[in-house]
Amino acid sequence: MRLLSIVTLAALAASAPAANAAVNVMASTEDLADLTRQVGGDKVKVESIARGYQDPHFVEAKPSFILKLAKADLLVVVGRELEIGWLPPLVQQSRNAKIQPGAEGYLDASLTAKILEIPTGQITRAMGDVHPQGNPHYWLDPGNGRHIAKAIADKLAKMAPADAAYFQSRYADFDKRLAEAEKRWDAQMAPYKGLKIVTYHRSWPNFTDRFGLDVIGYVEPRPGIPPSPSHTIDLIGEMKRQNVKLILVEPYFDLKTPNSIARETGATVLVLAPSVGGDKDITDFLKLFDHDVDLVVSALKQTGGK
Amino acid sequence: MRPYLSSVPGLLLAVSGVLASPAAAAQSPPAGQAQAGDEIASLRRELASLRDEYTSRITAIESRLQALEGGRSATAAPEATPAPGPTPQATAAVPAAVPAAVPAGGAMGETPPTPPVYGGGSASSKMFNPDMAAIGNFVGAAGKSPGGGEPSLNMQEAELSFQAVVDPYARADFFVTVGPDEVALEEGFITFPTLPGGLLAKVGKFRDAFGKVDGMHAHVLPFIDRPLVSTNLLGGEDALADSGISVARLLPNPWLFLEATAQVYQGNSAIFAAPTRGDLAYVGHLRAYRDLGESTNLDLGGSFAYGHNGVTDDTTTRLWGIDATLRWKPLRRSIYTHVLARGEMTWSRREQLPGAQSSVGGYGYLEYQFARRWTSGVRYDNSERAADSGIRDTGGSFILTYRPSEFSLVRAQYRRTSLGDVDEARNELLFQFLFAIGAHGAHPF
Repeated sequence: MRLLSIVTLAALAASAPAANAAVNVMASTEDLADLTRQVGGDKVKVESIARGYQDPHFVEAKPSFILKLAKADLLVVVGRELEIGWLPPLVQQSRNAKIQPGAEGYLDASLTAKILEIPTGQITRAMGDVHPQGNPHYWLDPGNGRHIAKAIADKLAKMAPADAAYFQSRYADFDKRLAEAEKRWDAQMAPYKGLKIVTYHRSWPNFTDRFGLDVIGYVEPRPGIPPSPSHTIDLIGEMKRQNVKLILVEPYFDLKTPNSIARETGATVLVLAPSVGGDKDITDFLKLFDHDVDLVVSALKQTGGK
Repeated sequence: MRPYLSSVPGLLLAVSGVLASPAAAAQSPPAGQAQAGDEIASLRRELASLRDEYTSRITAIESRLQALEGGRSATAAPEATPAPGPTPQATAAVPAAVPAAVPAGGAMGETPPTPPVYGGGSASSKMFNPDMAAIGNFVGAAGKSPGGGEPSLNMQEAELSFQAVVDPYARADFFVTVGPDEVALEEGFITFPTLPGGLLAKVGKFRDAFGKVDGMHAHVLPFIDRPLVSTNLLGGEDALADSGISVARLLPNPWLFLEATAQVYQGNSAIFAAPTRGDLAYVGHLRAYRDLGESTNLDLGGSFAYGHNGVTDDTTTRLWGIDATLRWKPLRRSIYTHVLARGEMTWSRREQLPGAQSSVGGYGYLEYQFARRWTSGVRYDNSERAADSGIRDTGGSFILTYRPSEFSLVRAQYRRTSLGDVDEARNELLFQFLFAIGAHGAHPF
């Protein structure tokens, strides 16, 4: 009995974190990891599970992630069932009480974000891989970046109260930089308000909503369902009728169908980054929009805009 | 019906409700002014009571629907008006009058949709229901098969799963399989994921941790049948699944993921049969995993199992196993291609009369995904039999899988088997339909 209590004490002592240690954060995507870095500065240590050029619906639940989750103080997730196929088993096997859903160290970034496409009527899988809690690609609106950063700053302040002022001042700084950048992006995109485009997957509603682009169709017949010949023919017809000149594709999708649609319609296929890390020059959240907005604008200039 | 009801403003509906009463009255035969007035009054009362009845009925249906699917079905309104009204006009007017009567409830008591902005979780009284799913597994077989084999067309099993968090300390998983002749609890256990000391404990009935395929449910196997070594040495479909306690711990080290699992079972499974209460069965598994880069990883395992086999009171069976899996999946093209190579070897020492039998078996499997929906595979089987190591069965399979979506697949498997005690080889074509409804489960890894 005495031996047992000594062992228990030793184990407890070993697992107690050192005072003033950086908060160890795991984020499910690189976007959330960067937003955590923006507000956490050098008081946090951040890693992400999914890479920015990877389909976030289909990340593999590799045991190496379990080891990283085991040591995390905070887990930031996209939520809205984006990670449903791979994150729950990882979190469970992490044996880490701090980051279990509902615990203090579990932050669902979608809770304070503006979520689009929340289904109101009945949904079935005949509609494809629909997300019953709304479209999970919500970080593609810079405004949501602000909401997420705020939520993370508040969470970090709660977890490391001594550094609360630090996190809040970093958030204020990020907020300012983001607001300046937003003015720039808005100005760049302003001439193209109402422009009709097509996207591969429904990854972009927040982006197109924010910058006033009008998505008239998708390369996928339904979310998560690969392109079919009949749908592609319909889409080509619709694009010709509405004179659509731009197709946005995520870097993890095959370009064969988008390219053949482009050949038929004279549209431009643009591989846009859906996440930080989606292209090697996209190292942070602001650069993500710099990159995407620049790409869209230069493509539209070439095709002659509207 | 529904778009009309939900889009027309309350004022219009109120007007149509008022108009409906005289319209209904006009249908009844006129028999004097006073009588007509009485009739109108009685019709009004009738209408009011109908209105009340429908309101309560609709509310009940609404709440049930809402609970069932978190949304409102388009058929709710037509279903709510099956009873014939006094006249056709009145019938049509009744549902329209309802919202006018209860303006506070909004149009037809339509639940306000979850606000599209700054969304939170939707409230529902059934929120604590477990995640439920049903998976159907249909297997067909054709070809020459001396000595039995799968039936020609067989709804092999339906698996029902119920999974939820129990409390802040535990979660529970139930998997019930319904086969052609039996209903069985395939697994039913509680998991404590956050015990002190980095332990992950399971208590209940569950599949064993021996090797790789033992732990897999039929619907996550990459082939239709189980390898010969599973059937010959490891108890086939049910393997060592039994009631027991499992404890798994990560062994921290700077090089790789290392997890040790220890399981204690009652000792009654396809392989083990404990003669007395004290004769427990044990399974141990050590798993080592390492990323060899972003796209490639290596997964190695060693397993051991021990228990009484029931031949006599003190005969036992010991099993040893090794497994290795090499995976390659480029992240940028992860939905289009992957390669998986896997091998498992199992040694069995079964004490029986007159003496012990030492048998060995294994399989090798190679899988290649060549398109988003298409995966091909090839498997080689070779295994002696546990009770008679002199009999060696061998086999080879080609497997082709087509996945229309994440939730269904169609698979074909050509299988050639040479049984050690049958002269003629079996040549069979198996095919399978797998389909899942309900909660979105975890992707297998």
